[in-house]
Amino acid sequence: MSEPLLQVDQLVKNFEIRALRGARKVKRLVQAVSGVSFTVDKGHTLGIVGESGSGKTTVGRLIMQLLSQTSGSVTFDGRDLSTLRVEEMRLLRRRMQIVFQDPFASLDPKMTVGASIGEPLVVQKEPGNHAERVTELLELVGLSADCSRRFPHEFSGGQRQRVGIARALALNPSLIVLDEPVSALDVSIQAGVVNLFSDLQKRLGMSYVFIAHDLSVVRHIADRVAVMYLGKIMEIGPKDVVYEHPTHPYTVALLSAVPVPNPTVERSRHRIMLEGDVPSPVDPPSGCRFRTRCWKAAEICAQQEPALVLRETGQLSACHFPE
Amino acid sequence: MATSVLSIRNLHVTFATPLGELQAVRGLDFDISPGELMGVVGESGSGKSVTFLAAMGLLPPRAKVTGSVMLDGEELIGANHRRLRSVRGRLMSMIFQDPLSALNPVHRVGNQISEMLQAHQKITNKDAAIRSVELLDLVGIPQPSDRALQYPHEFSGGMRQRVVIAMAIANNPKVLIADEPTTALDVTVQAQILEVIQRVQEKFGTAVVLITHDLGVIARVASRVNVMYAGRNVEEGVVDSLFDHSSHPYTRGLLNSLPRMGVERLEPIKGFPPNMLNPPAGCGFSPRCQFSQPQCDVGLPELRAFGDLQTACIRVDEIFSAGALKL
Repeated sequence: MSEPLLQVDQLVKNFEIRALRGARKVKRLVQAVSGVSFTVDKGHTLGIVGESGSGKTTVGRLIMQLLSQTSGSVTFDGRDLSTLRVEEMRLLRRRMQIVFQDPFASLDPKMTVGASIGEPLVVQKEPGNHAERVTELLELVGLSADCSRRFPHEFSGGQRQRVGIARALALNPSLIVLDEPVSALDVSIQAGVVNLFSDLQKRLGMSYVFIAHDLSVVRHIADRVAVMYLGKIMEIGPKDVVYEHPTHPYTVALLSAVPVPNPTVERSRHRIMLEGDVPSPVDPPSGCRFRTRCWKAAEICAQQEPALVLRETGQLSACHFPE
Repeated sequence: MATSVLSIRNLHVTFATPLGELQAVRGLDFDISPGELMGVVGESGSGKSVTFLAAMGLLPPRAKVTGSVMLDGEELIGANHRRLRSVRGRLMSMIFQDPLSALNPVHRVGNQISEMLQAHQKITNKDAAIRSVELLDLVGIPQPSDRALQYPHEFSGGMRQRVVIAMAIANNPKVLIADEPTTALDVTVQAQILEVIQRVQEKFGTAVVLITHDLGVIARVASRVNVMYAGRNVEEGVVDSLFDHSSHPYTRGLLNSLPRMGVERLEPIKGFPPNMLNPPAGCGFSPRCQFSQPQCDVGLPELRAFGDLQTACIRVDEIFSAGALKL
């Protein structure tokens, strides 16, 4: 097998926060990402799913080096990003781009859409005719060329997200991190943007890291899926295996919690109701992080953290009592 | 229908804006029977929230509301403030997406529930406190007597939504309106909250209006569905029929745009929803509809029976007999 485009190895990110304990201020660590490893091959899509606080967005930002990791490494195309100098990283950024969730916040309201899309070309001192490239990009994402003179407020949510995608595509990246790119959109609009991602990948061959909480969208678009919980990967593998034969209790519970738009299926489904909420990442449970909500939890789960183990069905999962 | 506990007829809501009159709701009819769990689906701007805010009398003065909202035989449109205050929280309650904004941050949650009880019932402080704890227990909050003494910031998102539900059902209302109650929550917590809502509906026979954009949520809990688009009903019926053989092109489009098993390519609805400052003269969906004909743009289509559903599409018979949409 050829070398993966992106390799994330034992990535850890702790944020220091100041919390109040009584009247005293104390420093606490939020363990947002705690030892996450995965690879993404060229032209492939890795979906990362998880609930709020699972660390999926932090992973996306660490890949982009918008945050620097506490430990671990991100290797992009054979180069360890943490060893790069600022200027080298800046040059490498043209090959990795990110699209954010909120298409209202990620565009400058005072810049025309054309200027926003063309800005990466200016920043990276790209030679050639920028205006032509902007037109080409607009057409690529399904917008008309005359959009380039208009301002973000003149566009709907779905159109703005397309502008964000065009900007990410400007420098022909090999990797795009998509951080909840469709969750702010209505379903009828969302479908068009999801199709656009598939089409662009087929045409341009880039890799995606698709971060989302919507499991059905991830199932549609990803090749492989990683399920995160409290900063750790619980299960990772080919999407059909993870969705059809989940081995981690959390994946099982998560899948059973997602409502399916089919009343007959909904009525006949066996549903696992998880109790309580996700614990705080400031003080995660010992051993397996999921054990406080797990119906299978035993003594060993509190004492020993389960490692990711390859299961018969072909995915890795971290559980002492896999399904 | 005589059996409806809440019956909305020909509701119109318009907002005066600097750009003109925004027509948020344009002649909406809605009925819900006692003990029924009715889903209301629609995309942003379809008027689903505005409809029920209008029914509750919660819209700002610049909103012009006409039509009729009958709650248990009593007209609410045009009712005075005192009357509405007595209705809200006693006969009809509403919960929202963000539970934190519905709670007062500086009061203990138990006291906030007690206040709700004392606003409508003659009940001593002590009895109200006892009842508050019972309500917290009912909505599945562990250690309710301790939790009643805590403040909203000490609760997680899911627990706050439970507190808000406890407040909303404190006076055993006939109708509970839940406006996107689980949208801000994680799926595992959403499952818990939906269960609480269903439990309330079954235990007290409360009619529940569940407003959501998530068709999966509707499929899980609703018995009937009302689909809204551009301020009007486009389709209504029993949940199984609607998901199995929806007849309105918009409902079809909505269902087809969802990612599902075995579908390689999603089918989005082309275009985007109309600007309600200047809505289409005819069917609101016509500009995006693949079956649209010139006659669709003349006059607003009314709901009429088609099979076991109610559909607001003038071409529905033609479309089906041509086999363009399969039953």
